[in-house]
Amino acid sequence: MTVARRIICCLDVDRGRVVKGVCFQNMRDAGDPAEVAQRYNDGYADELVMLDISASSEGRDITLNTVLRIASCAFIPLTIGGGIRNEWDIEQLLRSGADKVSINTAALVNPDFVARAARQFGSQCIVVALDAKNIAADDDQPRWILFSHGGTQKTDLLAVEYAKKMADMGAGEILLTSMDRDGTRIGFDTALTAAVSNAVTIPVIASGGGGCAQHFYDAFTIGCADAALASSIFHDGVCSIVEIKNSLRNTGIAIR
Amino acid sequence: MQNTCVVVDYGSGNIHSVAKALTTVAPETKVVVSGKSEDILAADKVVLPGVGAIQECMRKLNEHHLIPVIREIAENKPLLGICIGMHMMMERSSENGGVDGLAFFRGQVKKFPSASPMRKVPHMGWNQMTIHRPHPIWHNIAPDDYFYFVHSYYVMTDEINTIIGEATYGVDYVAAIARDNVVAVQFHPEKSHRAGLTLLGNFCRWAPC
Repeated sequence: MTVARRIICCLDVDRGRVVKGVCFQNMRDAGDPAEVAQRYNDGYADELVMLDISASSEGRDITLNTVLRIASCAFIPLTIGGGIRNEWDIEQLLRSGADKVSINTAALVNPDFVARAARQFGSQCIVVALDAKNIAADDDQPRWILFSHGGTQKTDLLAVEYAKKMADMGAGEILLTSMDRDGTRIGFDTALTAAVSNAVTIPVIASGGGGCAQHFYDAFTIGCADAALASSIFHDGVCSIVEIKNSLRNTGIAIR
Repeated sequence: MQNTCVVVDYGSGNIHSVAKALTTVAPETKVVVSGKSEDILAADKVVLPGVGAIQECMRKLNEHHLIPVIREIAENKPLLGICIGMHMMMERSSENGGVDGLAFFRGQVKKFPSASPMRKVPHMGWNQMTIHRPHPIWHNIAPDDYFYFVHSYYVMTDEINTIIGEATYGVDYVAAIARDNVVAVQFHPEKSHRAGLTLLGNFCRWAPC
């Protein structure tokens, strides 16, 4: 008996519609969030993540309604991220049916927010999301720094150091996205994932670049990821969750 | 007459998921989310969920004047504790420097031994169990079914005959415990897909004498 590695399906949602881009750009429509969520629930996804990428003020009510709709048809854990700024945002999302919330920019701006949120709601529901990019020259040691505001603003924070700090602050999980790999389907950044996963004692979700079963295998073995997240391959039907799971199961990895 | 199942709303976490799962799997049952003692006492079955910190959950339960109500339910009606709801049914938890529970079961709630990159805490994700004893909630559940766990503290008891399911995460601990009309599980059945829904359906149809 060992805890299974999780395959997580991600829905990027803009004003109530699922969208998908490449390297955080060129967004296109990929369906109704509740319909997509139900399909993944039935298709043996281990978890769902919905990232609200519009996150504008008028978008909040749409988001809460979308969360309610997803939570009504998906009986697997549901994480919601995007535009979470304070405890009130968290409380509303949890009340609408989220099991966890994913905090990104607000944690970068004010790390103490993570500590307060963990105290109030419990670490188990506080996920800290990191958007990391390698800024080292090709032949140099990788140097992953973090970007805020949906990958648009560069910070001077290093991914590994920051992940450790967030774990100390009370985060229950790290959602680690490689901006270099996002939407590319060339494989997860296993070096980045391993560096973060081996530095913290909370679960780490690898994100960005998953294109086939082998990439998930690499994320779990080389990358030491506890979970791996993908969106475009599942939206586009490149491969199914069950196909990936069967293939991983044959390699001896614990899979539900 | 229609069976009523009340999900106790004392301000802890995502109770609507539990209610939604019950409604989906047991349409013959009237599912009510309520923190009112009269609703809870009038119910045929009661679910006590809980997420977050036990101290906070016990404080809220007390604030809502629900402790004597839950005690009364535990005397004679089917009662299901989930996650912190299970922890609260034990004698004592070491969380937050020590918190007394409702003591429906003998035993303690302890923190997982030191977390490491190899064994992370919280224990978060899908895991299997060893089903120790038959119980109506296990009906149609296979020994290799996975359930969704998320917790940093675990239940231990020396009352072996109350353990109906055991899980392992560095240590062997109690994943499900039961006596008479009271049953409690560490995992989240409302988040455990088909296996979890089956278990909740079993609870709705359970008629302990």
